[in-house]
Amino acid sequence: MDILGLLIPVSLFLGLVGLVAFWWMLRKGQFDDPDGDAHRILRDDYDDKPKG
Amino acid sequence: MTATFEHSRPSACPACSAAPAAEELAGKPVDATLMLSLPGIHCAGCISGVERALTALPGVRDARVNLTLRRAAVEAGPEVTAEALCEVLERAGYEAHELDPGVLATTAADRQGRDLLMRLAVAFFAMMNVMLLSVAVWSGAEGVTRDMMHWISALIAIPAVVFAGRPFYVSAWSALRARRLNMDVPITLAIALAMGTSLYETILSGHHAYFDAAVMLCFFLLGGRYLDHRTRASARSAAQELAALEVPRALRVSAAGEETVSVAELRAGDIVRVKPGGRIPVDGRVIAGQSEIDRSLMTGESLPAFAGENSMVSAGEVNLTGPLTVEVMAAGQDTALHRIADLVAVAEAGRNNYTSLADQAAKLYAPGVHILSFVSAVGWYLYTQDLRVALNIAAAVLIITCPCALGLAVPAVTTAASGRLFRKGLLIKDGTALERLAEADTVVFDKTGTLTNGAPTPRELDRLPEEAARVALALARGSSHPLAESLARGLAARGLRPAHVEGLREVPGFGVEGTWRGARVQLGRAAWVGAEAPAETATFLRIGDGAPRAIAFSDTLREGAEDVVQALKAQGKRVILLSGDTQAAVTRFAARIGIDEVIAEALPQEKAALVADLSAEGARVLMVGDGLNDTAALAAAHVSISPASALDAARTASDMVLTGRSLAPIADAMRTSVSARARIRENFTIATVYNVLAVPLAVAGLCSPLIAALAMSMSSITVSLNALRLK
Repeated sequence: MDILGLLIPVSLFLGLVGLVAFWWMLRKGQFDDPDGDAHRILRDDYDDKPKG
Repeated sequence: MTATFEHSRPSACPACSAAPAAEELAGKPVDATLMLSLPGIHCAGCISGVERALTALPGVRDARVNLTLRRAAVEAGPEVTAEALCEVLERAGYEAHELDPGVLATTAADRQGRDLLMRLAVAFFAMMNVMLLSVAVWSGAEGVTRDMMHWISALIAIPAVVFAGRPFYVSAWSALRARRLNMDVPITLAIALAMGTSLYETILSGHHAYFDAAVMLCFFLLGGRYLDHRTRASARSAAQELAALEVPRALRVSAAGEETVSVAELRAGDIVRVKPGGRIPVDGRVIAGQSEIDRSLMTGESLPAFAGENSMVSAGEVNLTGPLTVEVMAAGQDTALHRIADLVAVAEAGRNNYTSLADQAAKLYAPGVHILSFVSAVGWYLYTQDLRVALNIAAAVLIITCPCALGLAVPAVTTAASGRLFRKGLLIKDGTALERLAEADTVVFDKTGTLTNGAPTPRELDRLPEEAARVALALARGSSHPLAESLARGLAARGLRPAHVEGLREVPGFGVEGTWRGARVQLGRAAWVGAEAPAETATFLRIGDGAPRAIAFSDTLREGAEDVVQALKAQGKRVILLSGDTQAAVTRFAARIGIDEVIAEALPQEKAALVADLSAEGARVLMVGDGLNDTAALAAAHVSISPASALDAARTASDMVLTGRSLAPIADAMRTSVSARARIRENFTIATVYNVLAVPLAVAGLCSPLIAALAMSMSSITVSLNALRLK
């Protein structure tokens, strides 16, 4: 059962990484336009060159 | 925006680098962000189309579409106006309106939403980790291992519950201080009791700890809270958007010349100029100029009225032909328009005693839960004489009965329904509007501007001889009056070419005149050409000394109007047409669209009274209207809808607003609301069934943390899935 001493901190750490990532996404406004982002990825406007 | 001094070319000479800075300081115009509302966009093609159309315009630096909110933010130089952008988009085939970016600045609601989402994320993180640890206990961990699992769970759960559950504690505390009970009181008590007994059990290395249940409770309830918040926030932002659609500006005339100011800055005694085609911003008296004004939004009559010196005009009316100079008698909050809006607020307050399904459930629920858990705690204490057991039982009962599913039952359905209806072009401003719409059995329509576009088209043009028609076309082209423009379009569409009329001159407020083959020709108001004033909208053509000829106009049907009326009748609703317009015009219109019950020439008070009478007879009235004369009726009705083109006050008074031009979403909304109400009821039933099954276990002391966790998540998930079945 010694492995628990390693696994529990590891799982907590990974969970915290997810939480911080979510917090960062929230801060960056990535949930402001979910519908638009879903459609934007499919369009080919800037396939050849990035938006100037 | 703060001025920044960025130099693209590095320079050794101080004067050179000072010059651009000086330019900046001298007030070099900064980029403005313009906001546009785009109610019609729905796909990736629309995003590309709109952004390409906007960025192609000179002066536009960047344009970004937000598909979720159906808005576009445009970064542009000061020379670009929102009207120009709207025009470009209309030409490209997208409906567009200007929004006032000031009103739409990131609001408190946005911050609150993010705050809730963060709490939801923390609760989720804690729930998942505590659940993993609990699995070990459920599967039979013993002794030290179990204690360790409990201690780690406690370390995760306590801070998480303190942070994530804050909205409930705050609300419960304020309810208790006001000596009331709300849903949040049993929730807070359940969380506190669960955490307290679990911690106590952990310290005594007991068998059961409810950390997982407490955190899960927070998570599911926050989920419901967040959905609820999103529906409310989108309703609120919709209301803001509507307020922002009308960017109120006025042209003030002062000694220094003319300047454009916000209507809020106008004071009584100021002089404003109203251009033809503009909406009158204030209540006032005309001191110079002659014109016709369109009062249809205020009174419902489709006939334009004459306005000359000393005529009184009110805010909301539209100036048609000539420029008017108006002395302000009342502006802003003091105008007749705003006073009516205030009356509406009073009328609405009366309607707010509607008890929603959720409130009905909560009223039964909150006291019941407390009594149940208290009684079982007392019972167990008397039976075992052991306070620890009694408290454990009380916590289990509170956790099991906690309204996870009840908290989700309504928000999940309303979110699903308002999302569907928003995509179809209907904004829901009020949380209980859907429930009330489902009850409606009588539909009252306003005519002008609601079932019609409020834009007249000429009738029976065949009866005009060709010569006369060609003269009329030439004259009509000389004016920007809506009747003239419509006549010109109608005649041109028949393939006519204008006659050669000389000396074309518009007489503001009366009509257009000119000379044709040496004779004076006139097109305009009845009194001006010497004809009898008719009961319907008409303009008159007079050639030389001949008798004046009437050209009658009727309004065009709004898109989807006929279908909606048919669909409502098919659904078995009673449909009534209620208008302030003349009897003749209303009856003819009703026959055309297929409505049997007609009430014409109704004054605003009469409209409201009629709606009140219908309600008194037991009818649940849905009122659909757009004008100021409808506002009182809109507020008095059980539920109300107005089109986006309606006056600000009317939209404020109504529960739902159509975002597009079509009326078709109304019939859809009726269907959706009925099925939404059915789903809400089903959800309550499901939640109750789960409670009825699990509560006896809890009272009997057989409820382990595993059963609590299962019952809670199963009921919440079932309820959410049921909400998604909404058609």
